[in-house]
Amino acid sequence: MPQMTDERVRARLTREEDLSLLHEVSMKTAGVSHLEMCIQCGTCGGSCPSAMDMEHTPRMLFAMLRAGMRDEVLRSNTQWICVSCYHCVVRCPQEVHIADVMYTLKGMAIKAKLYQDSTAPDFSQTFVDMVETYGRSFEFGLASRHYLKHFPLRLPGMAPMGLGMIAKGRMGIKPKKIRRMDQLKAILERASQLELTS
Amino acid sequence: MNKYLLYPGCSMESSAKAYMESMNAIMEPLDLRFEEIEDWNCCGATEYLGINLIPAYSLIARNLALASDQIGRMNGMGRTRTVVAPCSACYLNLAKADYYMQERPSLGVKVNEALAAGGLQYKPGTLDVRHLIDILVYDVGLEKIRGSVTRPLHGLKVAPYMGCMLPRPDYQHRWSDHEHPTELDDLLRALGAEVIDYPLTTSCCGGHMTQIGPETAFELIRRLVADADDRGADLMATVCPMCQMNIDAYQNEMNHHFGTDYHMPILFFTQLMGLAFGREPGELGIGMELVNARNALARIGVEVPITQEPSGPRKKDEGLPMPRRWTRHEVRKEAVK
Repeated sequence: MPQMTDERVRARLTREEDLSLLHEVSMKTAGVSHLEMCIQCGTCGGSCPSAMDMEHTPRMLFAMLRAGMRDEVLRSNTQWICVSCYHCVVRCPQEVHIADVMYTLKGMAIKAKLYQDSTAPDFSQTFVDMVETYGRSFEFGLASRHYLKHFPLRLPGMAPMGLGMIAKGRMGIKPKKIRRMDQLKAILERASQLELTS
Repeated sequence: MNKYLLYPGCSMESSAKAYMESMNAIMEPLDLRFEEIEDWNCCGATEYLGINLIPAYSLIARNLALASDQIGRMNGMGRTRTVVAPCSACYLNLAKADYYMQERPSLGVKVNEALAAGGLQYKPGTLDVRHLIDILVYDVGLEKIRGSVTRPLHGLKVAPYMGCMLPRPDYQHRWSDHEHPTELDDLLRALGAEVIDYPLTTSCCGGHMTQIGPETAFELIRRLVADADDRGADLMATVCPMCQMNIDAYQNEMNHHFGTDYHMPILFFTQLMGLAFGREPGELGIGMELVNARNALARIGVEVPITQEPSGPRKKDEGLPMPRRWTRHEVRKEAVK
């Protein structure tokens, strides 16, 4: 269940405001995030289908950002539980790009190595590796590598489903590769040197 | 004839082959022509965005750049500026990249700097990114769809499942509503189906959580399946490969997790269109679903040939693809001949 108490956050907020963390997250988010506009109404958490599995609701997390609680925010499981359904985004009266802020926080948590025991960062990384090798997603390779690494005991349980997908011709066991992989690699290489700052 | 560029997306070639087959089957009756973007790459789904921003948007934008190049090479007559994406996640990524590159020009500049390393560029706003159902409802039109129906789906109770990434965040204002859009309902009604009230129509299927946090995903899948079942649906109709995969392929695991016994088939809306247009199940990828739709479709007189069912307990006469043992009934029937 998400934490409902704001006391610690409120204590931090009464000090002289340092909004550098809030601005940093806002600037690193694609589009115009409107993160600074959050009015703490809580519509986001109330709209969230997976809030009960989150340590902090999005509203709480944004208050923590304002309070400069970097490590606590990046350690939260909230951004990893977000399913990107955009319910909160269309309901937010301030038009905060909440789902995209969650993507930004994931990236920051990975770089700071502050995420918890979630296997999500590794899943994302495996996915990225597949795309950077083939230019296409490769479901069989992705699922089998992820399960082998993280849930080996679940494999027997999942096997009927996997075999079913293969038998129905819905899961290729060979990856598809794009023609101009060199071009894609050059683009991604240049892209990773560029960071969004202003 | 309406011609568009097509961004199929990775799933259409693997887990959502049935979507691809059925989409191709309805092209001709509706006078549609799709030209695939040459050498398109993966859109990054929901994974790339969480790692690095500029590479994620550059990955998406390469497709937009290739598409606008391809349009530049088309001759005047068949020229379009619309890219059709049948997958909701691909649709959202492409549409969102195009929108954010305009909303935040510095993102557009950086992405173009990256694209330049591959000799490409994309001017945001050049293309219209639209989902397949948008094209069918708003360009082709319900009248034309109704006119192509030869086998109305009378009596088939369908739960219309739009999913979340299609109607939201909807920066381009394409849908009738963000939470209760009616496009899919209208389309299914045009096919003659009985559309049930389905308030969860845009609730999330769990997305990638089936891989990384199955318990979170199972609960979301349970809500969708249970509600469709409570309301008497024979099957669900979807517009998204990810939704189909989660609700179909993980239904068994979900049942196992909660000790429930739901059997709720989920088909792509194009498969139902194909059936209504008189095409045969085999041409529409019907039978590729793991929760089979055989009983549901029997209600409208469609007979789905039995294929193997590896996910359930194996039944004697539909196991491995070996010479089938005849039932006593069949032997007798053959003897009469």
